[in-house]
Amino acid sequence: MNRIFKNLFMGAVLVVLLAPLVVVAGVSLNEKKQLLFPPRGFSLGWYQELLTQADWLRSIGNSLIIAVASALLAVSIAFPIAYFLWRYRVLYARVLFGLGVAPFMLPPVITALGFLLFWVNGEFWLSQIGIQIRLFGQIYATIISHAIFFVTLPLVTISLGLESIDRQIIEASTTMGADDATIFRTIVVPMVRPYLISGYAFAFVLSLNEYIVAYMVAGFTVETLPIKIFNSLRYGYTPVMASVAVVFVLVAMIVFGLIARFGDLPKLLGAWSQKET
Amino acid sequence: MIGGKPKGLAQNAVLFYPALMLGVFFVVPFATMLAMSFFRKSDQLYERAFELTNYAQFLTAFFGKTLGFSLLLAGAAAVVSVIVAFPFTYLMTRQPRRVQVRWLVFILAVLSLSEVIIGFAWATLLSRTAGLSNVLVWLGLLGTPQAWSPGFPALLLGLCYVGFPYTVLVLYPALSRLDPELPEASRMLGASPLRSFFDVVVPVLRNAIISSLIMVFVFNLGAYVLPQVLGRPQHWTLSVHITDQAIQNSNMPFAAAMAVFLMLVSVALVALTLLFGQEKRLAR
Repeated sequence: MNRIFKNLFMGAVLVVLLAPLVVVAGVSLNEKKQLLFPPRGFSLGWYQELLTQADWLRSIGNSLIIAVASALLAVSIAFPIAYFLWRYRVLYARVLFGLGVAPFMLPPVITALGFLLFWVNGEFWLSQIGIQIRLFGQIYATIISHAIFFVTLPLVTISLGLESIDRQIIEASTTMGADDATIFRTIVVPMVRPYLISGYAFAFVLSLNEYIVAYMVAGFTVETLPIKIFNSLRYGYTPVMASVAVVFVLVAMIVFGLIARFGDLPKLLGAWSQKET
Repeated sequence: MIGGKPKGLAQNAVLFYPALMLGVFFVVPFATMLAMSFFRKSDQLYERAFELTNYAQFLTAFFGKTLGFSLLLAGAAAVVSVIVAFPFTYLMTRQPRRVQVRWLVFILAVLSLSEVIIGFAWATLLSRTAGLSNVLVWLGLLGTPQAWSPGFPALLLGLCYVGFPYTVLVLYPALSRLDPELPEASRMLGASPLRSFFDVVVPVLRNAIISSLIMVFVFNLGAYVLPQVLGRPQHWTLSVHITDQAIQNSNMPFAAAMAVFLMLVSVALVALTLLFGQEKRLAR
């Protein structure tokens, strides 16, 4: 009886979580340009349109460039902070860590507005000292903004990875005469690599899905996929939106599935590691 | 090897690049926003000034209503999310690790989904042509298909859908580290599973529940797309109005003042959760 109740509850949660995704997947298969569920007819034409029409392709390109580059930038900012804090534990590194975590704790609209004001004014400040450069509405503004916005994720995963290094290994290598650089190259990097990759993957997937920062920084010139969907949402439905949604769900499932396959997902999310349980 | 103080500029050089990036691209934007909130709106976007007019605009009835609605909506969604997510996460952490991993992959996938996509998905699910009501008509429970979106229930539902996976992940560390012997002991002493859940598990994790409530509340305050897709204009939250002022009305100073206000509320709430965390550590 009790077991039935438990399974019923978990099953109900699963159904509610799946319901909108199933409907969207169904809608994406409609033969005509209608939002009908269950779908009338069967066609993969909307997926084809997504991958062949120039404006959708441009959005896919923008989103991919931004996600690939900003996640890389985020990791490059996070790794030195996490390493330094692990190696020395000094206050100013802790402050930097706090700064890195801050944007994630606040409602995103705040950070987004901060970036908007920064890029608009940045152009003006630079022109004052004789540098004419376009910042606002440029793709690199979105890339940098996303990198700062998502720096939290690699920061947390890499710190977790560093903490998992057995201190005795470090002590042993020091006794045998290894210096910081050698230890970094031969112990730290190999042991932290899975955490670097998962930090990158988290930042990548979230950047792909991010709307408000991308919209505020360059929404009218650099159209990412979420912005494009939201715009189409306002100016008339098309089943292409549904096919994008399906692709997004699949990408997220694959990326997180890979992290789970090659790493310890429960530990990454804060459970004890496998051995301890 | 680990610990100690870094010596000289050479060892500190590692921090130079990240400090520069965070300084220029995070501290400066926030400082700009703070300064902007005291400026005056003008024909050239804004002019430098130091006045509190932007903050004074908070005192209007319209702003009060918006703020009140935003807090109410975020609060209601946070309560629902935690009520559902707590037992769910508890049951999930009692599963074998392999099953847990599958759930976690799915939860993460839902969490990472764009608000735009979730808004679109729920709008479709609640629509007249492709929605749930069709299923009910087919089952004979409903006469004709109905549109359930936009509206307040649709918005609340959407927000809970976004908040639920986040709540699960916030609760996950505390619940997965809960000593399984604790509920087991109470079962051995004759408590029913339900009683052991409410009399042992819930009280032990009281702090985790409270801090997750606050975290989800702050998370919900950030909802931006859903109020526009699933709600009507009177359901627009502070986040929507901030963007609206900044982009449509080009009133940067007022938008900045609202954002600073929202930030203060959030920071105060986050500080509160840190306080609860501290207490827990002391109690151990």
